[in-house]
Amino acid sequence: MAAPRVAVVGGGLAGLMTTIKLAEAGVAVDLFSIVPVKRSNSVCAQGGINGAVNVKGENDSPEIHFADTCRGGDFLAHQPPVKGMCYAAPGVIHLFDRMGVTFNRTPEGLLDFRRFGGTLHHRTAFAGATTGQQLLYALDEQVRRHEAAGVVKKYEGWEFVGLVRDDNGRCVGLTALDLRSMKPCAFGVAAVVMATGGPGLMFGRSTNSIINSGSAAAAAYMDGADYGNGEFIQIHPTAIPGMDKLRLMSESARGEGGRVWVPKRAGDDRAPASIPDGERWYFLEEKYPKYKNLVPRDVASREIHHVCVDLGLGVGGDMAVYLDLTHVPRETLKRKLEGILEIYEKFTGDDPTTTPMKIYPAVHYSMGGLWVDYERTSDGFLNLASSRNQATNVPGLYAVGECEYQYHGANRLGANSLLSCVYAGQVAGPAVLACLGASKAAGETAASLLEASERKWTERFAELGKRDGPENPYRLADELGKVMLENVTIVRDNNKLRETDAKLLELTERWHKAGVLDQGTWANAPLSFLNQLWNMLHLARVVTLGALTRDESRGAHYKPEFPKRDDVNWLKTTVATFTPERPRLRYDSVDVSLYAPVERRYD
Amino acid sequence: MARKTIALRIKRQDSPTSRSRWEEFSLPWQANMNVVSCLMEIRKHPVTRDGHATTPVHWEASCLEEVCGSCTMLVNGKPRQSCTALIDSLGDGPVTLEPLTKFPVVRDLQVDRSPMFDALKRVKAWIPIDGSYDLGPGPRLSPAEQEVSYAFSRCMTCGCCMEVCPQYNDKSDFMGPAPIAQVRLFNSHPTGRMNARERLEEIMGKGGLVDCGNAQLCVEACPKDIPLTEAFGELGRQTTLLWLQQLFGR
Repeated sequence: MAAPRVAVVGGGLAGLMTTIKLAEAGVAVDLFSIVPVKRSNSVCAQGGINGAVNVKGENDSPEIHFADTCRGGDFLAHQPPVKGMCYAAPGVIHLFDRMGVTFNRTPEGLLDFRRFGGTLHHRTAFAGATTGQQLLYALDEQVRRHEAAGVVKKYEGWEFVGLVRDDNGRCVGLTALDLRSMKPCAFGVAAVVMATGGPGLMFGRSTNSIINSGSAAAAAYMDGADYGNGEFIQIHPTAIPGMDKLRLMSESARGEGGRVWVPKRAGDDRAPASIPDGERWYFLEEKYPKYKNLVPRDVASREIHHVCVDLGLGVGGDMAVYLDLTHVPRETLKRKLEGILEIYEKFTGDDPTTTPMKIYPAVHYSMGGLWVDYERTSDGFLNLASSRNQATNVPGLYAVGECEYQYHGANRLGANSLLSCVYAGQVAGPAVLACLGASKAAGETAASLLEASERKWTERFAELGKRDGPENPYRLADELGKVMLENVTIVRDNNKLRETDAKLLELTERWHKAGVLDQGTWANAPLSFLNQLWNMLHLARVVTLGALTRDESRGAHYKPEFPKRDDVNWLKTTVATFTPERPRLRYDSVDVSLYAPVERRYD
Repeated sequence: MARKTIALRIKRQDSPTSRSRWEEFSLPWQANMNVVSCLMEIRKHPVTRDGHATTPVHWEASCLEEVCGSCTMLVNGKPRQSCTALIDSLGDGPVTLEPLTKFPVVRDLQVDRSPMFDALKRVKAWIPIDGSYDLGPGPRLSPAEQEVSYAFSRCMTCGCCMEVCPQYNDKSDFMGPAPIAQVRLFNSHPTGRMNARERLEEIMGKGGLVDCGNAQLCVEACPKDIPLTEAFGELGRQTTLLWLQQLFGR
């Protein structure tokens, strides 16, 4: 019998870390990615990665990191995985250090740490302001080493389209589309690990890469994997408005001293530098004297929205506030924030070291994602020998990174995403190994199952490829993004959510009348997009109906009609199961046994 | 005076083996447009300037903020990322888009840059760590050393330097500036240095450093201002030293 192979879908931080763990154990990995893995969305992460290494004499500890993370997530995350992650964090940072990541240093040559939102400690290690890029490159290099040794085989330019499941429901393979030949091909493997990132494209413009359609996770959901806490979408408070995308302006700008303000007088059209201090409203500092500009992202985004929309105090009457770094020494800015300030200047033409930046909130991250399991120990950590960790409800199918729901509850703290991606990968590797050891999974996938899946998808794409209807799929996607952005982001209202769901059904109907735009058989992006859009529309319903049903306010989910957190009724995980009519929702209890929920305050 | 329309001339090619052709498009001008948003507009209305229906233009793009390297192409003849190519900064004439010329065309503006990734394998562009488990902190590094290394580690394998390099072409074996600069990065790391010799031997061979013609165009073209030519100077010293050591049998 051939040695078992494992498929990892997605080559960002989570997928690459999983790949490394498996390759190190000698398991052959097929790594699928729609782009060369070095170009994955992890490159967009800027500010840093959290770990309580405690180098600033602040008595920081993994336990405080754990408490900050639970509180930051408004207590919706199961606590054992969070605890495991926070205790592993210093080791994760050291590992990257050993891989050669060019982290910023203290004068003594130690790793430097800066502040981030939702904590009072210097806990964020960083490499300039391109930390995600630097961490991704480190893992990309390690995977290339395993690739050169023949343990990893990359399928770059391939798109996951569906699972292959056997008669018992076990995941025994996947079908992927070669984005050049446009031919679907089925692969029999012993386990599949989804590491496919977030669904930002569902909202049209976001801080995400435009490859982040969420289509792959949606396809897994439609093939039977449950989806958890879909309604929790993080809106990042500071992004640069743009036509094609809303570019992130990292929280590290505030971590290094950046101040958010608006002119006190509506319509004040003076240049920002000529507005005296007394005529500026530093609203975050005033309302949150303890955390100031470093309140968690959900809090900051709501405040900025309130100032611009409700009070009409946006800069120049626009949806914009100032993020001001002009008082920070130039040398500090160059050494610690160069990457992001360069980008701001390239896109706006303004130099942020002399002129305050104009920013506004933007969709950034999905706390929700594929539902995954874990096995806890009696002292509240993860049992790392368990095959249940990072496992979806579909046997043999795992999920890691932003495409799963486990680590951030109702709101993610800045610089915890890189950590959760890497930690999940470190956990998933051994879990998959345990799965291979324990089950019959290592057997070869029946050829008939692979043929059936390949035939199904070949017929599907042949049918899509002939579509000549009047609707343009990219314009349908625009409409999807517009309605989701308007109604399912910072402020949510039940009537608007109902209207949104009706609109989603209308778009799904019109999708059937969409033309493919290109009937060619080579590198046909519109064909792939037409399939993605179908998946995006279904995932958008999970987000919308989850939001509609949850009548409370918690973390990033805010309903003025229900302004308080309601632990009696809603301290629960939303779990969506696919049915052709609509997502079926159920509500599971949350393990909060390690840190009893308290009121969440940052003032 | 604000312009009303944007004219684009785009070089198109249906497949690696088909002949290329030019298509022209005219789009309504909007504030803050970049080349990527123009291509996005075209796929929403895939019609040429003459009113002929056509297929959406094929191109690679991902992050749209110049950190992934995907959307590199020739914009008015110059290799650069199309996301940071702001329309208002490109002059009043038509904007010309072409695929990079030093890599095989996949379709339209997408090329196959896998030779760059293969070269990274060849020069062993990684730190050979013992394993991915927690073995404690890495080696200490001064802030000055960090700053130099950080500059090199921002290379996004975009291909601009390869495009402008006169020595990198299908008649030569030269591996090009980008992978060679990575040798500089890994050979300066305290752990990476332990394997410096095998990387140097790789760039001392065929297609290595000696094929660099010192035209210095690479450093001009790099969107991240990576000091490529400084790296070649430093590596020249390192390879000479190694050559002398080998000559004298050490």
